[in-house]
Amino acid sequence: MTSPKPQFVYVTYIQTTPEKVWAALQDPEMTRQFWGLHKNVSDWKPGSRWTHQDYETHEVRVTGQVLEAEPPKKLVLTWGWPEGRPGAEPPSRVTFLIEPFMGSVRLTVTHDELVEGGAMMKGISQGWPPILSSLKSLLETGQPLAMTTKRWGR
Amino acid sequence: MDMDIVFKALADSSRRQLLDLLYQENGRTLGELCEHLDMSRQAVTKHLAVLEEANLVAVVWRGREKLHYLNPVPLQDIYERWIGKFERQRLHALHTLKTRLEEDDES
Repeated sequence: MTSPKPQFVYVTYIQTTPEKVWAALQDPEMTRQFWGLHKNVSDWKPGSRWTHQDYETHEVRVTGQVLEAEPPKKLVLTWGWPEGRPGAEPPSRVTFLIEPFMGSVRLTVTHDELVEGGAMMKGISQGWPPILSSLKSLLETGQPLAMTTKRWGR
Repeated sequence: MDMDIVFKALADSSRRQLLDLLYQENGRTLGELCEHLDMSRQAVTKHLAVLEEANLVAVVWRGREKLHYLNPVPLQDIYERWIGKFERQRLHALHTLKTRLEEDDES
């Protein structure tokens, strides 16, 4: 039996090294700039919990488990809302694949196991393109996209 | 990624139609895309290659199946370059107006 097909696949090419992309996903001073004033907190070991928090208030917005962590190549996380949030959906899964590509890096973000048409699906499909575009800009030019340096409008 | 190649890829109605099909349903195979298009399989393959080259389509292999995904990240770069900037100015203007009005209330 083949695995179900991924729901979203995003690719960006970044003129940098895999190590820098890996570090950027976890460095609060970087995520603050390209990920809407948020930070990702974990020890990044398989089995550990990770949380996506507001950089200033520490409010947890997304949380899950580290399924795989192979620096600086692959990071797999479960991705869901914190417990107790109304209208909770089962957690989805995000895979970051960081590959060297002709002297630069190809970053592939795959998001699957999302509830079809659910609130999380709507949120992430608007979120990933600016976040990845901003990560590329930050690593290549030192400047993130302005829209990702503040919290998303909700 | 060179922006020229993104615009060239978009400057063709068949290729835009392919992106529309992936927008409706992501992760389709060549065969599934061909069902909806009045084009030869070879022509669709060629158009998909141009879209892949421009990074507007990302590809995932599932066994022997090649799945095509709409990848909007290069479009985000274009948006930011022109539209995002203007929107920021408008938001800044609104913010200034709001601050002034609130100051008036207090005085």
